[in-house]
Amino acid sequence: MAGDTVLFYAFAAIMVLASLLVVGQRSPIYSVLLLIVSFAALAGLYVLLDAPFLAVVQIIIYAGAIMVLFLFVVMLLNAPYETATGLGVPSAAAALGAPLKTGGPTAAGVARGPRWAGAALALVLLVELAWSLWRAGAQETEAVTGQLVSGTDLTSVRQIGYVLFADYGFAFEVTSVLILVAMVGAVVLAKREI
Amino acid sequence: MNPVVLVQLVLILVVFTALLMSAAVMVYAERKLAAAFQQRYGPYLVGPKGLMQPFADVLKLLFKEELRPKGADALLFAIAPMIAATAAFAAFAVVPFGGDTTLFGLLPEPIKLQVADVNVAILVVFAIASMSVYGIVLAGWSSNSKYSLLGALRSASQMISYELSYGLALASVLVVAGDLSITRIVDGQAGTWLGVLPRWFIFVQPVGFLVYMIAGIAETNRAPFDFPEAEQELVAGYHTEYSSMSFAMFFLAEYINMVTVSAVATDLFLGGWQGPWLPASLGWIWFLAKMSALLFFYIWARWTLPRYRYDQLMQFGWKILLPIAVLNLIATAAGVIYLGR
Repeated sequence: MAGDTVLFYAFAAIMVLASLLVVGQRSPIYSVLLLIVSFAALAGLYVLLDAPFLAVVQIIIYAGAIMVLFLFVVMLLNAPYETATGLGVPSAAAALGAPLKTGGPTAAGVARGPRWAGAALALVLLVELAWSLWRAGAQETEAVTGQLVSGTDLTSVRQIGYVLFADYGFAFEVTSVLILVAMVGAVVLAKREI
Repeated sequence: MNPVVLVQLVLILVVFTALLMSAAVMVYAERKLAAAFQQRYGPYLVGPKGLMQPFADVLKLLFKEELRPKGADALLFAIAPMIAATAAFAAFAVVPFGGDTTLFGLLPEPIKLQVADVNVAILVVFAIASMSVYGIVLAGWSSNSKYSLLGALRSASQMISYELSYGLALASVLVVAGDLSITRIVDGQAGTWLGVLPRWFIFVQPVGFLVYMIAGIAETNRAPFDFPEAEQELVAGYHTEYSSMSFAMFFLAEYINMVTVSAVATDLFLGGWQGPWLPASLGWIWFLAKMSALLFFYIWARWTLPRYRYDQLMQFGWKILLPIAVLNLIATAAGVIYLGR
């Protein structure tokens, strides 16, 4: 096996494993750290795809900036270990539904609803993923391979900049407006009275 | 084995050892210079002129007991110093410290004095610098101590705040150089203007250099920005609960980060290994000289300036340094567009 293939499977395995552990983890801090590991493995995959710029940007933005904020929030809230086991166990419901206890149905009922909704959504996502993977496998066309070949240009920062600001200029601007709105909203929420 | 691979392995080992030694040299220099600034002798008993003092320090730390507070998160408490030290070493891997050399004709083909020549080297340095915050934050959180946690929180907010200015200062150099590879940026600084002034980017980017150095000092948590370990308020900040070699790792990481910041500044602003008189193969001597000057500046600043107050630090970072960095970047971009490189 070529070195690239071995590395691909290594990174992919780390990524899948870390992502599963993120969900399965009880301690929020460990979840955040495993998510960082998953992002780092993703950066490794980008390097294998000859896109070092994307890999480094992935590390800087996701692993470096966003996850620090996540960690910050988790640390400040000092979130306790989740005591949940399985669906709709009373102790988990008590932990999750504590703020909702006043009025409404019992705490257990409140917590069970979101859990089942989450499970249903996860199922939908799974079906979608399977469908799209199946489609991608069925349509092994020249368009896909052609894109991959021209994708070698992605190493050039100039190329990325051009594509970002010319071809996808609208999406870029909309995203920046979205981020601005989120920022203004956060400031308004945090500083209600100045 | 392929001789090139062998040379590369040796180079990695040499750089690793050199970084370790540089930390020792920095500790000695810091103590001696601090003494000089304060009109005392500094270490002078261990070895000639106290030169063996860093090794005595290391031995002392080695023989200390490894302590862990009750209620600390054992795993994170153990890996936090490793993250800090690894990030510090990893960042230097992409920093070139000399031109191509054959080691006085010993090698059949010239090698690069750089562990890994990545074509997005600057961004890699920046990315790894942004990872080093995890070592500090996790150390503070896992210690289960209020001083550690406060130190870690301060450190995290400080690093996030100054990373922006740091990145923008790097970006303005990129705009001037038009390249992300540090080697090619250094090559772009060869030659002189009017035969006298070297073509270093510090003369094109004086503001960028200033912003970079200030943000670099803040990034490495050194005085006057050493809040994470403000002794008067936080005992020792994030590493309050650490002892023995795990404390030594944080210590090591701090000094190696200083070396890396200075090395990158040398490459980006001071022309790297470019300099008169010496042949290109001995350029690393110039590099060392320039880097040492910057490190001296670091120590000088620490023992001259008092610590900021925390709110002053945030005010300065967000309201003064960041706008200056943004304006500098815009002005640089405009200059490059209208005047050319």
